Amino acid sequence: MKSVEELKAIREKALKEMSIRDNEDKTRIIVGMATCGIAAGAKSVMSAFIDELEKRNIRNVSVSMTGCIGICRLEPVAEVLEANGEKTTYVKLDAEKARRIVAEHIVNQKPVTEFTVGAAER
Amino acid sequence: MKDISLHLMDIAQNSIAAGADRITISMRILDEPERLMVEITDNGRGMDPEFLKEVADPFKTSRTTREVGLGIPLLKQSAEMASGDFSIESEPFKGTKVNASFEINHIDRIPLGDIAETAGLLIKANPNISWLIHFTSPDNEFIMDTDEIKRHLEGVPIEDNNVLEWIQNTINNGVQSVFGGVLDEVG
Repeated sequence: MKSVEELKAIREKALKEMSIRDNEDKTRIIVGMATCGIAAGAKSVMSAFIDELEKRNIRNVSVSMTGCIGICRLEPVAEVLEANGEKTTYVKLDAEKARRIVAEHIVNQKPVTEFTVGAAER
Repeated sequence: MKDISLHLMDIAQNSIAAGADRITISMRILDEPERLMVEITDNGRGMDPEFLKEVADPFKTSRTTREVGLGIPLLKQSAEMASGDFSIESEPFKGTKVNASFEINHIDRIPLGDIAETAGLLIKANPNISWLIHFTSPDNEFIMDTDEIKRHLEGVPIEDNNVLEWIQNTINNGVQSVFGGVLDEVG
């Protein structure tokens, strides 16, 4: 592999950031990444979550993927699971909506009601 | 699916669901006719011959199975639309190999899409899987082995965002150097 040196530098940078990381309980964002989600745009939604968290230097939120959440017609779908057990299901997402969820739900702790499954089903 | 990177994301989910801990994503250029061949190989639990027969049939699979669904028929359709071939081999407890080819200059061939994004997200979300990303053209080759990356990281998690960014940039460079000038969309 060509860029071992590069990787070493990345490692140093990551280590520095890890040492200042706090040990708060983690909030998890889980993006549905089954055929239905992928076809509807789940990939760019997941990238937007990661990118927006990174831009805002938020380190206690993890982003992962799962299979079909079961509401294919409302894809892309993501769930925000908070440390206190609170779960919010967001539907019909796109990259912009994902960025708003980070700003309003993760940062300001106010779920974006209009994007939730409850609002979509009404 | 509008590009190959979406199919890769989708087919890899089957490998993950099959419990694979080693997944290879390989893309290579073949000659005469000029084709792009995409192959996903895993060491997951595999499928028995009976299940394998049904797996490319959307009407059978979407209803009766949970772990495969529509992804495979959609990939088959994308390949065949571009005068390509599709095959799937599997052996119980050994693994599965999904292979699709596309005639490069066929008007209906879907573009590569963001391969680096797909690979990066898969690696980040499944850091314990050993991923091998392999591109080949007549003039060039690119290999990324996440086990090797992990060795160099010496304990820093591969899912760290700094590492993710590096992985995606490195794969993008790989796509450029191997497929640049071969696939129109790479330039």
